[in-house]
Amino acid sequence: MQTLTPEQAQQQLDAHLREIVSWHFSPETGCPFWLEWAAKNFDPRAEIQSVADLRKFPHFEDEWLRDLQPEVWVPAAFKGQPFNIFETGGTTGMPKQRIGWNDYKVDYSEFSEKISDEHFPRGGAWLMMGPTGPRRLRLAIEHLAHVRGSSCYFIDLDPRWVKKLIANKQFDQARAYMDHVVDQAATILKHRKVSGLFTTPKLLEALAEKVDIYAAGIRGVFCGGTTMLPQYVRFIVEEVLENRIGFYPTYGNTLMGLAASLPLRPEDQYSITYYAPQPRAVLRVVDPKNTEATVDYDAWGRVELTTLTREFFMPRFLERDEAIRRRPRGPYAWDGVAEVRPFGAMEKKIVEGVY
Amino acid sequence: MSLPHLPALRRGKPYESLDQTEVCHHLTGQPMAVISQVNAGILRKDLGRIAEARAALKKFTVEELIAISAKAGEWFLNGDLPCGDRGHVQSAAQYVETLSSTSGLPEVMVRRNMVKIHYALTHIRTILNGLTRGLPLEVIDRGYGEQSGAAVSYYPTTNALGLIMPSNSPAVNSLWLPAIALKTPVIIKPGREEPWTPYRLIQAFIAAGAPPEAFGFYPTDHEGSGEVMKLCGRALIFGDANTVEQYRSQPKFSVHGPGFSKVLIGNDAIENWPDYIDLIASSISENGGRSCVNASAVVVPKYGAEIADALAKKLGPIEPLSPKDENARLSGFANPKMADFIDAAIEDGLQTPGAEDVTAKYRGGPRKVMFGGGVYLRPTIVHCDSFAHPLANKEYLCPYASVVETPQDQMLAQIGPSLVVTAITQDPEFTAQLLDSPLIERLNLGPVSTMKISWDQPHEGNMFEFLYKRRSIERA
Repeated sequence: MQTLTPEQAQQQLDAHLREIVSWHFSPETGCPFWLEWAAKNFDPRAEIQSVADLRKFPHFEDEWLRDLQPEVWVPAAFKGQPFNIFETGGTTGMPKQRIGWNDYKVDYSEFSEKISDEHFPRGGAWLMMGPTGPRRLRLAIEHLAHVRGSSCYFIDLDPRWVKKLIANKQFDQARAYMDHVVDQAATILKHRKVSGLFTTPKLLEALAEKVDIYAAGIRGVFCGGTTMLPQYVRFIVEEVLENRIGFYPTYGNTLMGLAASLPLRPEDQYSITYYAPQPRAVLRVVDPKNTEATVDYDAWGRVELTTLTREFFMPRFLERDEAIRRRPRGPYAWDGVAEVRPFGAMEKKIVEGVY
Repeated sequence: MSLPHLPALRRGKPYESLDQTEVCHHLTGQPMAVISQVNAGILRKDLGRIAEARAALKKFTVEELIAISAKAGEWFLNGDLPCGDRGHVQSAAQYVETLSSTSGLPEVMVRRNMVKIHYALTHIRTILNGLTRGLPLEVIDRGYGEQSGAAVSYYPTTNALGLIMPSNSPAVNSLWLPAIALKTPVIIKPGREEPWTPYRLIQAFIAAGAPPEAFGFYPTDHEGSGEVMKLCGRALIFGDANTVEQYRSQPKFSVHGPGFSKVLIGNDAIENWPDYIDLIASSISENGGRSCVNASAVVVPKYGAEIADALAKKLGPIEPLSPKDENARLSGFANPKMADFIDAAIEDGLQTPGAEDVTAKYRGGPRKVMFGGGVYLRPTIVHCDSFAHPLANKEYLCPYASVVETPQDQMLAQIGPSLVVTAITQDPEFTAQLLDSPLIERLNLGPVSTMKISWDQPHEGNMFEFLYKRRSIERA
């Protein structure tokens, strides 16, 4: 990965932003939704020259991804090409949907450069134990394995069902379902040679209680999905992975792609900072009461995501997460987000459960 | 100097978590210590290796562990013991002061609780004798032997005793003390405002020579508490009536909830009721009214109004005093919301016709008061016209009791489950009925305070029978 200065990264991002705005708001290449929006509001090609100008856009509304048919998001340049439909977590009702063609491959090919061959040997099989179904992650993990010359086994976990069980206080059922998922993974590990694992932290913990995952051949774990506060990360690193299996926590979702973390240093005290795959996505930590304002470094705020690819333009989407804003750290020349947790987690109980 | 840090103890080894909470002075809000909080996964991991903790205790004989317990009692009452892992040392006086400051319990009551715990630790032999009905202790060491000429064999029901401790009164810790002599490791989840007593007890045991591996101290969240209950073969749980109901039917749990303890006066003694007012008042109000053995109802065949008035006259004027005052009789609430809830519940109950807060006229002010920055509930005696009244059989974390007039021949049908009943009567027929009642856990016949407990007679479950089961044995 090429190391930039923050100024160079900013210039690169601004240039990328202008290109993407031009793409989505030009009749020859843009999609119906944004062309119609521009007709009713303003022409961003003239007004949006830098990331600071993004504040001229209102917050992207998640209802647009629920209520509108996916075709409105097809850029003219992709017209006629069948697309993938990916969904976000969702619990009840219509989930948010994002369409795409190659973005996930770009994101995960890049991510492949951030994981070591020691932990994910090229050619060694992967196991994904986590939400597959309509999620981008399913294809993305398989692509990642393929990029590394590997194949991947899959065990599905339906997070919508788990959330329902927990919300209905059916904890025994939730536990039984988790056991069902973990048992399947244990069976695969017993009968197949696997060296790389993608899963959620809770499932990883449950699997490690059943199987000696190092002895089973696992050398690297790529994790994502829920809150990982420092004490929990330390527990995973020291006691679940016993300091001998590589741990790669990530923050991501269908709308953004994948924000990777840097290897933990002693001074990090197990606080993980994630860096967005800039310039394709930009994360900003904003004051929840005044979302124009970015919070100071090392302060908590709500996560705002802007996605900037030729397949999808999504300005200023307020995630349901809060995080600490962190300074750039090489090789990343832009802000990071740390200790991500559900927005309002300190005030109310959030259903995260096993997923 | 830095604040003390109470680490988790994982098989006796200190563990400093990155997740820490503060325990604060209940009046000033000043932090008194930071406490390491562990996630549930740590409990699962450690409980997977609990056999090692039991093996460490099994190296000792019961006799040796009784001697260690006695020494631990001296250390607990008088010793300077480690308070966390940052070099702080806690004297007995500092323990009293600190616990009082975070729990709201006046220092004089903390000292009384300390004495109770000391007594229990230094009388483990007597307690075990009572619990086992005189079983020769080497039977526990060897697993088999003879008692009264019969072959006996006992096996442990669990590798560890889980404890979800409350914050209301330190003496509840005396319930688990025999477990160590019975070679059973303890996994303690301390109460949020009261980590001090279990931590000090563990340090006292270790100073006295007990193996550190036998002690788990795990400040944790709801999920962690659930793992303690699930993974320990036996667990003590303290909670409200709902909690008790939820777990009562499961033999692996010993559930300790409200006691609904009572004083009953029989027809034969009722004319002498003024003689018993002091005894009844102390049964209601000792230890700040926070114990399950505090009387919460007084059941009499007549003179209900007069008895309620006499109790109210005695208890109503009691006001909060400084926690350091030797005469302090009320506990502050570390969680003021609890005081709000109790006060509102009593007021709500009084809306139902048939009850009067008799103490109101002797208090000269509201029940809930602020004093020195803390919240207190002043004593409350409610005269109810029947057991059907919602306030007749209630227990609150303050000096509270109802006085209910009920004919003697209906008393046992109405009182419901009662941890302690003090029955003031010499009537043989009534006495026989009381002795037959399955509703009473501990029965005091005659004018005995409900607060009096006998260490050689279990009043709330038998710890030996909880931790050991008898099997049939034959050796060729």
